[in-house]
Amino acid sequence: MADAILTSTLEPSAASAVQRAVGVTSVMEGSMAVSQAVKACRPAVISAYPITPQTHIVEFLAKMVADGELDAEYARVDSEFSAASVIGGASATGVRAYTASSSQGLLLMTEVIYYLAGTRLPVVITGANRGVSAPISLQPEHHDSQSLRDSGLIQLYVENAQEAYDAHIQAFKIAEDHQVLLPVMVCMDGYILTHVFEPVTTFDQAAIDAFLPAYDPIHYLSPERPMTFGPVADETNALEFHYLIQEAMQNAKKVVEAVAQEYKTTFGHYHGGLIDCYATQDAEIILVAMGSTVSTLREAVDQLRDEGLKVGLVKVRCFRPFPGDELCRAVQNATVVAVLDRALSMGSQGVLAGEVKAALYDAPHRPLVLGMLAGYGGREVTLETARDIVDRARRAADGSVIAPRVDFVGLKPEILASTRIQNGI
Amino acid sequence: MESRYGNALYTPGHRACPGCAASLAVRTILQATGPDVIVITATGCVETFTSPYPYSPWGVPWLHPLFENAGAVASGVELALKKKGLSDKVKVIVIGGDGGTLDIGMGSLSGMFERGHDVLYICYDNEAYMNTGVQRSSATPVGATTMTSPAGKAAWGKERPKKNLAAIALAHDIPYVATASIGFPKDLMRKVKRAIEIRGPKYLDVHSPCPIGWGFDPSRMIEVAQLAVQTGLVPLYETGYNQPVKARRIGKKRPVEEYLRLQNRFRHLFEREDHEHLAAIQALADDNIARYGLLMEAAKEANK
Repeated sequence: MADAILTSTLEPSAASAVQRAVGVTSVMEGSMAVSQAVKACRPAVISAYPITPQTHIVEFLAKMVADGELDAEYARVDSEFSAASVIGGASATGVRAYTASSSQGLLLMTEVIYYLAGTRLPVVITGANRGVSAPISLQPEHHDSQSLRDSGLIQLYVENAQEAYDAHIQAFKIAEDHQVLLPVMVCMDGYILTHVFEPVTTFDQAAIDAFLPAYDPIHYLSPERPMTFGPVADETNALEFHYLIQEAMQNAKKVVEAVAQEYKTTFGHYHGGLIDCYATQDAEIILVAMGSTVSTLREAVDQLRDEGLKVGLVKVRCFRPFPGDELCRAVQNATVVAVLDRALSMGSQGVLAGEVKAALYDAPHRPLVLGMLAGYGGREVTLETARDIVDRARRAADGSVIAPRVDFVGLKPEILASTRIQNGI
Repeated sequence: MESRYGNALYTPGHRACPGCAASLAVRTILQATGPDVIVITATGCVETFTSPYPYSPWGVPWLHPLFENAGAVASGVELALKKKGLSDKVKVIVIGGDGGTLDIGMGSLSGMFERGHDVLYICYDNEAYMNTGVQRSSATPVGATTMTSPAGKAAWGKERPKKNLAAIALAHDIPYVATASIGFPKDLMRKVKRAIEIRGPKYLDVHSPCPIGWGFDPSRMIEVAQLAVQTGLVPLYETGYNQPVKARRIGKKRPVEEYLRLQNRFRHLFEREDHEHLAAIQALADDNIARYGLLMEAAKEANK
């Protein structure tokens, strides 16, 4: 398994190509790719509440329903809280259900997300990542979805429109696996992925139906077999329910990997399982990132490799369950690891950086780990940003600079100064 | 959890307090609906006393979601049944308390009404947050003392009258809105049966006295419930979009003091001989009698 993870196979082998599904490639918006995938998964119930930058997805789905292309019940609800609640009710009644949201909407859903996980309702939600107020911002950050990290929600982060398409089809299969039965959120950076137009290969319905059979619930609300859902637990049994969710999360690690492999065999696309490694085996400097940043970093790694720098990249594709062991194995030969975060746990450090450090604590070899806030506040991560980060990592590794615990990449001192003056500080 | 106890839809053995009107309401409601229902219960007394894992008195499929989303979860259940082709066979019912309905669940309930889901939403109205230990809700009647609206030297209990959720429900132009009381169980059953025969969103408020929260002896629960109606403080009626208001007449009007004196939550009004506020409460009852035509004479007057 470790070899399979460390040897990233971007191109499928010739042997698997024989039985591969035939795809059609066209240029489409990232949101359209998601809606095409969701449609192909045949959800019975969809709920929708508008919030930028998620809205295009549910608009496309609404049109598909209106045009008779998608046979789903579509609820235009009164809030994101209700959006999550409607799909919870539908899932408890034994059908496949879906919604999408962003930012404040995901925060408003928070209480329901915990409930969905605790009640073991395998819904799928798209999280179009966006910053959280205040200050209000429409740009991508990971605060919204990462604030849900402790809820029992499985989270997959995708790097381009194609992966957004593929990951949604995988998400239902992961969620509904009887060893898992947890909600799954596919997280995609707002605008950068929701609004980008890219070539996306979509697959025919028969192939997707074969990959993702109809939802087969174990428990559901029915007068034919009355069951009590959502009972009161207490100090004599609540711990065991939490244990079972943690166990399902552990099971999900295997399922995420297996589903990614099966998808590769069936459709020829592979974007990693729990993680995806790029040029890591001899790398001295390893970048760790999630989401759209990964695509940029892959290009940066190629350029820096051409210049003779031993740089590698680990994409954290699955943030919950967190692939700590896989990550440790991937970075075990590196000197320094730079973690790029689009979210800061205020008063502590970058969210992903904290996770990486915690995972490495038990590892036999612990490289230096640098926490870089890059892309935070929606600030663009360019090839130059990547070069700057690698340069900082190199200097920190050779001891020429002492890296701060939280490195705000691209911070503008003039804005800090003017704000402080206004506040009389 | 399997919860079948013979063929009973709601079995004994749950943990409701003695004289609990809400529990009696649940039993009465399920007698009216029969087994082909899915019940959603918002967080509150009924949820708590019926579902301590691994026990359950529910002989019907039952789901407890959260405090404030029963309307939305019921919407999802209804849509799933529709997609499964079971809408005609299985009815969706919400049973929520006044806190979960009039306060925190108001938004999701309004959404459920507006979208036209085929759901009967029943509020067991015990006029405060009883599950958390008797705090004021928007359904608490004017003058009642609660833990968060206590009477004191500078306060005479809750200062505002009850929120009229039936009127708010009716403002959604839904086909059926009714009020009932556990003091009149046949009327309650008739209204539940009527409601589930109608397609679309329905709202039913069931006035449900709480011996502990209101401070009266559990053996007098039905008497208290009946007095609330007989004084005119709790009008029983049914209506709906484009329907006249059909009120249940109260026979002989009883003064509100008879009702209030039975309950500790109003005791301060009598101890301090607060005639002004007692008169204000009587005026509310009189207004109801005139507005809904609760007395035969008043009805004649209203029809002139």
